[in-house]
Order: sequence, then structure tokens, then C-alpha cells
Amino acid sequence: MNAYSVKKDWFEPPRYKPRLAVFKFASCDGCQLQLLSCEDELLELADKVEVVHFLEATSHIEPGPYDIALVEGSITTHHDQHRIYEVRAQSKVLIAIGACATAGGIQALRNWGDHTEFLRAVYAKPDVIDSLSTSTAIADHVDVDFELRGCPINRYQLLEVVISFLAGRRPRIPQHSVCMECKRQLMVCTAVAHGTPCLGPITHAGCGAICPRFGRGCYGCFGPAGQANCDSLADNYLATRSNTQTLVPLLRNFNAAADEFRETGDRVDEQSDSGVAK
Amino acid sequence: MTGEVRTIEIGALTRVEGEGAVKVFVREGRVEDVQLSIYEPPRFFESLLIGRPLEETPDIVARICGICPVAYQMTCVHALELILGIEISAEIRHLRRLLYCGEWIESHGVHMHLLHIPDFFGCSSSLELARKFPDEVKRGLRLKKIGNQLVEVLGGRAAHPVSVAVGGFYRSPQVNDLRKLAEAFRWGIDASIDVVKWIADFEFPEWHRPCEMVALQNTTEYPMNEGFIATTNNAQAAIRVADFEQVFREYQVDHSTALHSQRVPSNSAYLVGPLARINLNRPLLAPCALQLSEEVNVNWPCFNPFQSIIARALESLHAYETGLQLIQEYGGCSPSRFQYEPCAGEATWATEAPRGLLYQRIRTTADGKIEFAKIVPPTSQNQRQIELDLIHQLATRGLTDDPTTTLACERLVRSYDPCISCSTHFLKLEIHNQ
Repeated sequence: MNAYSVKKDWFEPPRYKPRLAVFKFASCDGCQLQLLSCEDELLELADKVEVVHFLEATSHIEPGPYDIALVEGSITTHHDQHRIYEVRAQSKVLIAIGACATAGGIQALRNWGDHTEFLRAVYAKPDVIDSLSTSTAIADHVDVDFELRGCPINRYQLLEVVISFLAGRRPRIPQHSVCMECKRQLMVCTAVAHGTPCLGPITHAGCGAICPRFGRGCYGCFGPAGQANCDSLADNYLATRSNTQTLVPLLRNFNAAADEFRETGDRVDEQSDSGVAK
Repeated sequence: MTGEVRTIEIGALTRVEGEGAVKVFVREGRVEDVQLSIYEPPRFFESLLIGRPLEETPDIVARICGICPVAYQMTCVHALELILGIEISAEIRHLRRLLYCGEWIESHGVHMHLLHIPDFFGCSSSLELARKFPDEVKRGLRLKKIGNQLVEVLGGRAAHPVSVAVGGFYRSPQVNDLRKLAEAFRWGIDASIDVVKWIADFEFPEWHRPCEMVALQNTTEYPMNEGFIATTNNAQAAIRVADFEQVFREYQVDHSTALHSQRVPSNSAYLVGPLARINLNRPLLAPCALQLSEEVNVNWPCFNPFQSIIARALESLHAYETGLQLIQEYGGCSPSRFQYEPCAGEATWATEAPRGLLYQRIRTTADGKIEFAKIVPPTSQNQRQIELDLIHQLATRGLTDDPTTTLACERLVRSYDPCISCSTHFLKLEIHNQ
């Protein structure tokens, strides 16, 4: 599914104080931390919702059902494969937050690697470790009501999503590319002016175009934008300013397994002479 | 009970959040062993890095931890610069120290004000605490926010900043953008002084059990980005970071996906983190922090894990003081980044992450790819010491099969600020009678 589809009709806000839960799967915690980084809004938000399951913030835990569940992280263990079903069953609305939950995250690079070798490299006794050979998005396992992209997510977008739920409306999360955010800030184009391969044209907005602002190309941490034409951009870059050795790792990082990035990355990889770019 | 001790070639890079459980093994009424089980799914960063262009390393390792990404970035760029023969300028050095100050402020702020302080008032969260102490919680949130703002100015965003590059910064900040923060930092110093005084008056459980504490040390400043390794067991011994793997060894235990670590040859546990840092470096604290450290009711060196929150509060003050000085001294940074030619090589580096010593060994190929990476995060090093302290605590207070035992364990575990802080909230206590 893509980032902006809302699978069912957006719901009626509940008449009671909505129950909010936060769940973590394989991840760095950076996305749920964004909720705690809403320093100015946190206490106000806590008045509007009842936080009933948020392990990073509170020892107060209540069982489901939940009105709104924020799910961070990807599915990488047998245990989590089952746990996500329980979370889904308990949640009226399930929102996947961040690149891990929406695309498998950086750990999805294992999908191209030798998982057994990875395990052996780290553990003397790999047999006792529960780990799947793939890292997959939440939507690959259960229905997801909304996907919020980013590595990490933008905390204001997160607030917008939660507030939308409280108001019973659809979240206003723009689907356009980072290029739009960049142009609005009147920045000189890093691709055109400096010849840097920049993923701005195909990457989902939300970060505020920080990489171009810091003099570097966008590396796609918000995943594919709406109607991203990744093949076209890749062909252009290969013809004008880049090579497969640079482009494959650029497309294959924090959102490597997002469909649009994966397909183009694999196609470019096939073109590469060595075929080893990872 | 625990797995056999073995030397492992490549360390784990499992972050240690996730489901946490404490298993207590009892024989004839005596606590025989405690297992802190961590089941954080492994993400294999060390393997994922292999074959990647070396300039991507800071972006990738940042994703190990959303709370302390800068620590992983700083450690890897220094190691890579050692391989590439880059000598960074004093300006870049200062900016990196400033960036690290921002992360210490933010990370210590999260732990103190959102995770740990509620314990001292019997509250389940800072949200609940805010009903009793609204001003104190708001002050804590603002202190944390300023740390975030500093990282945002320097790196574009607080979690996974984008400016850190091998050789320096992709772009250095404008003098004015940094200066705008000076006022907030002045407020932060005053507020942090109040926080230290507030926290120092909390009631702390007694604790009489020294352990070996390990931190970086250097002769000129409180350690962040560089130093040699020092230990409280032998104050004279300066261990080179390059010798880390000869002196500390990682090993796997069945009950944790994060590798444990121990001293060699004694095979004993040790502790890293703010308490270790301050015990070994207290005279180098910034002036206000140093003075307050003498006024608070703590006997240094302090081995009481419950009082590590005082160390965290003093270090936050130190970071505010150091930060303000660096902001005021900053006059621009040009060039912001040094160029390099890729080469084959290997190097080690260690920095002081908010949670303690973070070690990395990285090897590159001649065409500028990562060939090998070993990353030893702070919390995994602390696991065994946490278990030993749990044994001590349970032996001291007596073992009862009731909620107070669970709560006491939880509070002790949380006081180390492990990256499993979150999971210890639903700590399950299992008692196995043998």
C-alpha cells in the first residue's frame, strides 16, 4: 500500500477520551521518541488522550482495546510476526510510523544479504537467536490504516496524524517530493548546480529538505513520494552525473525495500558491471 | 545457567530495547544468579555496513540509536579519519564537541525528566508527575528541548542529524544561528543548577558495593570525543583505545541478544556511563558543575547506582556550560570539511556516548568501502554488572514474591539508563526455585 491511502473511511472520533498505545518492533526508538520530543505539546496531548501503553514513557499499562495504535519498527522475528496480529486485533486504528514500519528500515538490507552469515558473524551460538531472514513492513503482515514515512518521522506530522484522529478527519500529510520543500526555501539545486545525485525529486516530503540545506544530496530517508518516477531519475543520473556504484547504495538504504526504490535499485544493480554494489 | 564464555570475532550490534525480563535463580533460599534477559531483535549493523561506501557510515550507524545517534556518528568519523590520514581543524573539533553537548543534554534530559525522576515520587510517568510538579516537569522538558535545538542548528534535526561527514561537516552553522541559542543556554545553566540541587535532595537507597568503573580520560578536558581508557580499579593505568579488545572481551549468553562484555584476564564485570565518567574526571567539570559536585551530599568516587542521576544532572549542567562557551567562541568554520583519497586501513576509536564508552573498529578497502566493522555500545557492556547489582540488591533486601521486589528491581535497572529503559517498565520477575 502507499503512504497516503487511508484504507477505511476515516472514523468517528470516540465520545470518551481516546486510548493511545505505542508499540515497538525492530527499530532504533527514534520515531516514538518524536512523541516525547513534542516538548511544548506533550502535556497538552496527554490531556486529550489517555496513554495506556507507551513503554518508553510510562509504567502505567492497560490491556487493549486501543483507539489508536502507533507502531514503530519492522517485523524481523517469529515472535514479532505473531505479536503484530495481537496489536492489530486490539486496535481500532493502526498507524505505522517511520521507515522501519513502512518499508522494513535499514535492517531490510538483509533481504539482499546472507542472513545465516550475518548471524554467524555476530553470534557464537546463532541457534539461540530468533531472527527472520527478512525485515518487512507492518503492512506486509496486517492491515494498516495510515503510514507515516521518515527516518525518523517528522514530529509535527506525527502530531497532525494524532490530532486528525481526535478531530475525526483525514491527516493532511503532503505527498509531494522533497524538491518542493527545497524550492520553497529558494535553495540552489544541488543536483543541477553541483552535479550531486540527489533523491529529492522522488523522495516524500516531510524533512524540510535538510540535506540540500546542508549542502548534500537527499538520501531518501522519507521513502518514495507520490507518483515517484524513480526509473526516469535513475536513467538521467546514470547518463549525466552518476554511476551504478553510487546510485545503487543511494537507492538502497533506509527505505531499500519500499517498492519504488527497490525496483529501481534492483534494475540499476543489474546494469552494474560488477553486480556487487550493495 | 549462563552460556559458555567464548571469544567472538565480531561483536553484536543489537540495540537493547525490547522485551526485558529478570530471572532470579534461587537455591535453598539464596539468590544464586540473576539474568537480565534482553530480546531486542538483532539488526546486524556490522554486517550491513560491509561493502557500503565509507562516506555513508555516519548516516547508517546513526540508526543504531534514535536517542544517541551523534555518539555513533562521532565514533565512526574519528576512526575513519584516522584511517584516511585526515587531521581535522580546531574549529571542526569544537563544533563536534558542541554537537555532543547537545546530545548529552537531550539524552540525559529524556532519562532524568521523563524516565527516572517519576520513580522518586512513586509516579508511573512524567505525565503523572506533571500533575504534582508541573513547573519541574516543564523545566525538564524545556532543558531537553534546548539540547534538541542545538543539534537541529548543527545537524538539521535532532534524531539522525545529516551534517556529520567524514572529514568534518557537510556545512558548518552560521555564527548568528548559533549565537541565537546563547540566551537559552544561559537560562539552561541556571535551570540546570536548580535541577542538580533538587535531585541531590532525593532519597537514595544505601549502597555499599564498589564495582570497576571504566571511562575515557584525557588530560585537558572532560572526555567526550577522545581520550584513553581509564578504570577506577587502577587509576594509574592508561589503556590505549587500540588495546580495547585485549582488555575487554565480548561474549554471548543465551538470555540476551546483546553480547555481554567483561574485563580480561579477570573475567569480571565493569560499568560504563555518567557515574564512571564523573568518578574518573570530576576535576575537569566546568566551573559551576565542579563547584556543585563538591556541595552535593555525595562522597566521590560514588558507587551508588541510584545516585547516577546526580552524575547525569551534573553532566547536563557541564554540557550547558561547555556549550555556551563554545557557542560564544564560535567564529565560523572554514573549510567545514577536509577532502580525502580513499585508502585501505583499519582503526579503532572510542567516545563517550551519554550512556558511556562506545567503541568501534573499522576497516576499509582501497576503493573506499567498508570491509569490516565492530561496534561495542555502552549498555551491552553494562549488562553483567547490572545483573550482579541485582543479585546484591535482592540478597540485601531479602526475596519476597510480591510487587515490591519487582518494583525495586525495576528501579535499580532504570537507574543505569540502559537502552532498555522502556522495556523495564514491564519488567517481568520470574523466580526459579532450584
